[in-house]
Amino acid sequence: MFADYDHIMERLALQQLWDFPGGVHPQQNKTKSNQTEIQRIALPDLIHIPVKQHIGVNGDIIVKVGELVAKGQPLTASESAFAVPVHASTSGKVIAIGDHVAAHPSGISELTISIEVDGLDTAYEFKPLSDYTKRTKNEIIEAICQAGISGMGGAGFPTHLKSNNVKPIEFLIINGIECEPYITSDDRLMREHAWQIRQGIDILYHLLQPKQVIVAVENNKPEAFNTLSIACQQQDNYQVVSVPTKYPAGGEKQLIQVLSSREVPADGLPVDVGCLMYNVGTCYAIADAVIEGKPLIERVVTITGDAVETPQNVWARIGTPVKHLLTHANYDSDKQAYPRIIMGGPMMGFTLSSVQVPVVKITNCILVPANKELPTLEDERACIRCSACADACPASLLPQQLFWHSKAKEYEQAQEYNLFDCIECGACAYVCPSEIPLVHYYRKAKADIRLQQVEKEKAEKARIRFEARKARLQKDKDAREEKHRLAAQARAQTMTNDGGAAKDKIAAALARAKAKKAAMAKQNNEQISAVSEETYVERAKERPSANTEISKSAALPTDSDAQDIDALKVNAEPNSSADDAANAKKAKVAAAIARAKAKKAQQAKQAKENKASDE
Amino acid sequence: MSKLQVASSPHHHNQRDTGQVMRLVMYACIPGVLLQFWFFGIGVLFQITLGIITAVVTEALIVELRKKNTERVVKDSSAALAGLLLGICIPPLAPWWVVVIGSFFAIAVVKQAYGGLGFNMFNPAMAGYVMLLISFPVQMTSWLPPLSLAEQSFTFMDAIYTIFTGFTVDGYSIAQLRVGYDGMSMATPLDHVKTQLVQNYTVGEALQSSIFSGSWGIGWAPISLAYLAGGIALLKLKVINWHIPISMIAGAMTVALILFLVDSSQHASPSFHLLNGSLIIGAFFIATDPVSASTTNKGRIIFGASIGAWIIIIRTWGNYPDAVAFAVVLLNMAVPLIDYYTRPRTYGHRVKASAIHSKKEP
Repeated sequence: MFADYDHIMERLALQQLWDFPGGVHPQQNKTKSNQTEIQRIALPDLIHIPVKQHIGVNGDIIVKVGELVAKGQPLTASESAFAVPVHASTSGKVIAIGDHVAAHPSGISELTISIEVDGLDTAYEFKPLSDYTKRTKNEIIEAICQAGISGMGGAGFPTHLKSNNVKPIEFLIINGIECEPYITSDDRLMREHAWQIRQGIDILYHLLQPKQVIVAVENNKPEAFNTLSIACQQQDNYQVVSVPTKYPAGGEKQLIQVLSSREVPADGLPVDVGCLMYNVGTCYAIADAVIEGKPLIERVVTITGDAVETPQNVWARIGTPVKHLLTHANYDSDKQAYPRIIMGGPMMGFTLSSVQVPVVKITNCILVPANKELPTLEDERACIRCSACADACPASLLPQQLFWHSKAKEYEQAQEYNLFDCIECGACAYVCPSEIPLVHYYRKAKADIRLQQVEKEKAEKARIRFEARKARLQKDKDAREEKHRLAAQARAQTMTNDGGAAKDKIAAALARAKAKKAAMAKQNNEQISAVSEETYVERAKERPSANTEISKSAALPTDSDAQDIDALKVNAEPNSSADDAANAKKAKVAAAIARAKAKKAQQAKQAKENKASDE
Repeated sequence: MSKLQVASSPHHHNQRDTGQVMRLVMYACIPGVLLQFWFFGIGVLFQITLGIITAVVTEALIVELRKKNTERVVKDSSAALAGLLLGICIPPLAPWWVVVIGSFFAIAVVKQAYGGLGFNMFNPAMAGYVMLLISFPVQMTSWLPPLSLAEQSFTFMDAIYTIFTGFTVDGYSIAQLRVGYDGMSMATPLDHVKTQLVQNYTVGEALQSSIFSGSWGIGWAPISLAYLAGGIALLKLKVINWHIPISMIAGAMTVALILFLVDSSQHASPSFHLLNGSLIIGAFFIATDPVSASTTNKGRIIFGASIGAWIIIIRTWGNYPDAVAFAVVLLNMAVPLIDYYTRPRTYGHRVKASAIHSKKEP
């Protein structure tokens, strides 16, 4: 289906490339910021270093509040392969370890180490591996990991994981496309530091042993193309390729398609089609890490947009608050009626909720557009199904269908239209004549679906637990009923065998027990109780098994066996505590009645006696 | 610093909105409309004006009733475009109420009743046209001959009188106006050929009529070419894609060519079909209506080619001389089906995901 290695090499030799479907040509606006060299700027007073700046897991913090740290000193460490350490980007004192607003669209806070900068910039001791060709692969990968490098093109995937590859690689692709408008950080880096990028590529070549290295630069950056071509000219297997300018040619999947006609499988990785891709900035950082032993503590950031007076590229220490960069570039708040700061480019960047957000390893641009430069869309209209979005989609999706289903929350249909293959490049929303924020709808749908899946899993677990409990309770109930049934059977058997005697016996025993209780509460005389006994025995004969009736028995001051009645009770209602309570209550009532009766009788007797004495 | 504004990416946007797209289509109609005016008189402009006014007023009233932002809806110019396209298709001296009813129907029933712009299943102008054609066949087929062939000359006032009263200033009726200088009642080229064929004449004999110059109807071919120019401009401006117009013309030409090769005395040539009716305006301006057309590239080709083929089928065996409206409305109904089965292969997916039939995981 896809071109093989030889075919691709033939085409590359002729500078013939493939194309990806769709794409857009937004106004570039790159010359605003790429005319001057990358500037070194004054250190900020405070830096905020988020503990996690990559895709993976947090490292453990190994510094304490109040501790002095040197430039390049690791702040976190971990045994986990998915953890990448972060480093102090300058020297100073750790003043806080806690939540700080993060470089994230939602404006949430993340665990961050804040350092008060002392301005000395004293460096930590670095351990270079300049003789890397003699080192083992593991040593190099360890050095890359310890330097805290994660993909600097935007995804932030740990570089050491990507480099620890065992599958055969045909093409090592170095991405110098930088297709987003406005951003020029990679452009300037390639122009000024092509040699170091080349050193980084050499290290990757040594590690990965690809058949061919392709350095891809978009054709709107001829200077970068030339410097990289010169830097790479001694290497036979390195080819610098000029790629036609079209957004999003710099997307990993799109660039692989342009260079090789191959498509990364929907459920696979670039390595499945023999490709591996690194950003030029990552190559630069790898060279620093391996040859100098220097960790990733700074990166090039473009500060641009018409609301800054001096758009430029700067070397920003990781953790520098955005505010510091804006001040440096002379941000003019008068040019923004509604202040808006975008981290990243105009197509995929996100708006910041605070100027205290720090620069992180994937921050390539701070964009502050003036009022009418990048107007915000507030006038969403109905979709007219013009399919301009489908024509622009680089993944050959049908954005208007995705929109329709996402908006209606018909998530199954949205997934059937391959919602999750959307790379959120924004080309569809860029061309939409109805100004529908399509990507926003897709993000929301994706988030909802992920949430639904989590909840579905939770619900599934809960269901299993519930069913297990139900089964257990049912089992217990069955067992109890069986026991009850057997007991009842046994009782019935006894009664049949003994004729009426057993009934009388039981009734008598019950009556005795109750009467004893009542008697303990109140002393009674024999006369009344004899009458009461008769009454009770009659009743007991009518309903021998209903122990609720028992409590209605009158006081009977005879000796009775409490054990008998307890045993009987257990047999009759083995598990009904509620009934027991009710019985106790009824017994009390009965006792009270008995007391009252006894009192009455006594009074009557006394009256009789009195009468008799009177007589 | 005051509160920062938060928005979703992309923050960049190209500046062509729906209203501009609609207006560009309207501008592209201008050359064709001017030629129509040249050949058929001022009545053409009256019908178009009436069509646009009725459509916009109807849209505004309904949107007002639905309590939506009227100004915004009217500004998207979609109603005006529907009115314009319907006006173009109405015979120039048809009574005023024909276009008013048609335009009202197109907006009120075909468009707004379904939910307004973006939700209508049928092309409003064409559904309106079909409704008029089957309801008022006499008025809808009373095309005058081109002015140069007319027996009676008529003026601006004649046109107004005829549209509003049915008679010219001098008291002629439309039926009388339609009589050419040779005393024959004039019809459109397609109508004429169709009638002649029914009367067992051959196509060649039918083309001998004075309404033809060669095999092209006088007036009709230049108008078609003017609309073609407008259509090409729309293609160049990327307002429309090539898929529908090209496949529609190709579909019509293929069927016409086959029939012509089978029996050229009974079937007109492909070029006759191309230039003598509304095939070209249909291909570039009507079938390309985004709302009611197919949305995938493959689907657009199927949609266009089917319309083209259907037009020739109806022209050949149907009762109506021209058939763009019928073919478009028929294929509008097939759009959901076409779209479903012509989904493009997504990047990184091996086969077309038709999960309804194969529930396999990708």
